[in-house]
Amino acid sequence: MIKAPDKPLTSLVNLEQPLSIEGYIEAGGYQGAEKALHHLSRAEVLTLVEDSTLKGRGGAGFPTGMKWKCVPMYEPGDVNAPECKYLVCNADEMEPGTFKDRVLLEGVPHQLIEAMIIAAYTIGAEKAYIFLRGEYHLAARRLQQAIDEAYRSNWLGENIQGTDIHLDLYLHSSAGRYICGEETALINALEGKRANPRAKPPFPQFSGLFGKPTVVNNVETLSNLPHILKHGADWFKGLSPDSDAGTKIYAACGRVKTPGTWELPMGATIREVLYDHGGGMLDGLKLKGLLPGGASTDFLLPEHLDTPMDFASIAKAGSRLGTGGLIVLDDHNCPVSMVLNLLQFFAQESCGWCTPCRDGTPWAVEVLSRIEQGQGSLDDLDTLAKLCDFMWLGKTHCALAPGAVEPLKSALKYFHDDFEQHIEQGCCPYQGGH
Amino acid sequence: MQIINTITPDYRSYLSKEEMAAIEHEASIMETREAAGIEALKVVQKHRGWISDDSLYAIAQMLNMSAAELEGVATFYNLIYRQKVGRYVIHICNSISCHLSGYQQVLQAIKAHLGIDYGQTTADGMFTLLSNACLGGCDKAPVMMIGERHYEYLTPEKAVEILEKIAAGASTENYLSSFLNEGDAAADRENKPRSRDYLDDDDVAGEISEMELSDD
Repeated sequence: MIKAPDKPLTSLVNLEQPLSIEGYIEAGGYQGAEKALHHLSRAEVLTLVEDSTLKGRGGAGFPTGMKWKCVPMYEPGDVNAPECKYLVCNADEMEPGTFKDRVLLEGVPHQLIEAMIIAAYTIGAEKAYIFLRGEYHLAARRLQQAIDEAYRSNWLGENIQGTDIHLDLYLHSSAGRYICGEETALINALEGKRANPRAKPPFPQFSGLFGKPTVVNNVETLSNLPHILKHGADWFKGLSPDSDAGTKIYAACGRVKTPGTWELPMGATIREVLYDHGGGMLDGLKLKGLLPGGASTDFLLPEHLDTPMDFASIAKAGSRLGTGGLIVLDDHNCPVSMVLNLLQFFAQESCGWCTPCRDGTPWAVEVLSRIEQGQGSLDDLDTLAKLCDFMWLGKTHCALAPGAVEPLKSALKYFHDDFEQHIEQGCCPYQGGH
Repeated sequence: MQIINTITPDYRSYLSKEEMAAIEHEASIMETREAAGIEALKVVQKHRGWISDDSLYAIAQMLNMSAAELEGVATFYNLIYRQKVGRYVIHICNSISCHLSGYQQVLQAIKAHLGIDYGQTTADGMFTLLSNACLGGCDKAPVMMIGERHYEYLTPEKAVEILEKIAAGASTENYLSSFLNEGDAAADRENKPRSRDYLDDDDVAGEISEMELSDD
């Protein structure tokens, strides 16, 4: 009996040469799918995933079991049953400062395929797509190779491993647009349309891709499934002492000593990630602040270092766990310039569908540019505060603009002195910081 | 469709057999033909470098959709070029981690070296310069993508060196596989077993791959 791993997601990662299907099976791979397909009913797998309390790792933290449970299920021969249902893996990793899914896509592609077999079986989907961002060329090659291997070994296609289960899995490589990460925008992109998010309801579980029931799950979320199947819900919950179960691939980037990704028990503190694994700040630099989970999360400060990186604790500290990738601001980099860079990103990537986002994000860029160049006024700070309100949740079509507000609003709160200095001194006090 | 047919020839005389086969395959795995639009644009761009008006009309015709609709799609996505680009398109990441790590100096060095700004192409048609949203190489910032390869841990000097090597014929194929292929070639040449130790110091691919690999 192989000991259950304490780093299930990354224990088989090999970035130089990922395991072929033979190597992956030899290392214990496809046992989770085997168990699901041969020994468990769909309802039993669903119960297992619900019991595991797995939450989505794409940023929102929605319970995976609950997401799946909404998918309508039909008895064989039911005239109301749709022609097919879809499973889509969201591998459109484009959140700035996030590079965790890349490790799984490039390092252990068969784990994702096995996970998708389990997920598709549970929701009764016979077609699945991996929606991969266009810039991940290496991942595309490796995934396609792994998919081809899985077809040859009858882990995909008709009558998988002698069962009556079918699954066709296709790789769709995107053409680059951040908004595709939003699940309904992703569905439009897969349909060959402009990636404007859709209004919800209807939720994709009822009417998604081509109007059929569809589940969209993140790469890291899915990659937990083979292990939950193999080792059970209690094992999964036991991986973490925290209220959130399992492990999480945390990351740190910015001017830290050893930026990278690390799989740790859910609820590791910011300090552990940044100092024990990221090595702390480069010599001569001090920590000024950080975004805990990608560009669209609120700043936290050095005083928050001991906050556990789980959904509830980070929310309590005033931010969001998001993707769990720390973006670290040092004391030689200008916070106004950082926020300007973030807003430029959101302005460029806004899909243009709704006015608050289409007009609000470039407006914020204009005001921030003025302040950064030393030509701002104190009135500009009021304008920015108003924009934070105009673009907040409930006033926009999707979460992109509220995501842009999070770093802006928190920067105005925590780095207010820096904004004022720019205005009073008529220049950026950090010029020449590099 | 009538209007389009009068101003453009049948797509079958415009698109190559290879292009049509690849597009037909993409259409076959989707419920609707238009769903293959983005992949079709990428297929033709891969063969022709960019999407001209004629290409757009031909693809729209093949997928049984209006050219205007496909134009809406083509102009929405960052990686579809609707203008002629150089042989190599430099996508320099300008998102937050690269910003904090000083990509601006790298960008200045590239602009100075090539004498072009964002959106421009060098006179010899070799390079086009574009920005790119986060390339997912934040732990190896600053980064840029040329062809299928991501170039990491950039400095102004290193970026210029990479461009010089590409101009002189270095490959921009996917870095790991090309590293292996080039490793094979090097091993053949020198009759040595394949190993990273034997890679030529001048080999940009080898350098990048080693850095990439040593990080984990």
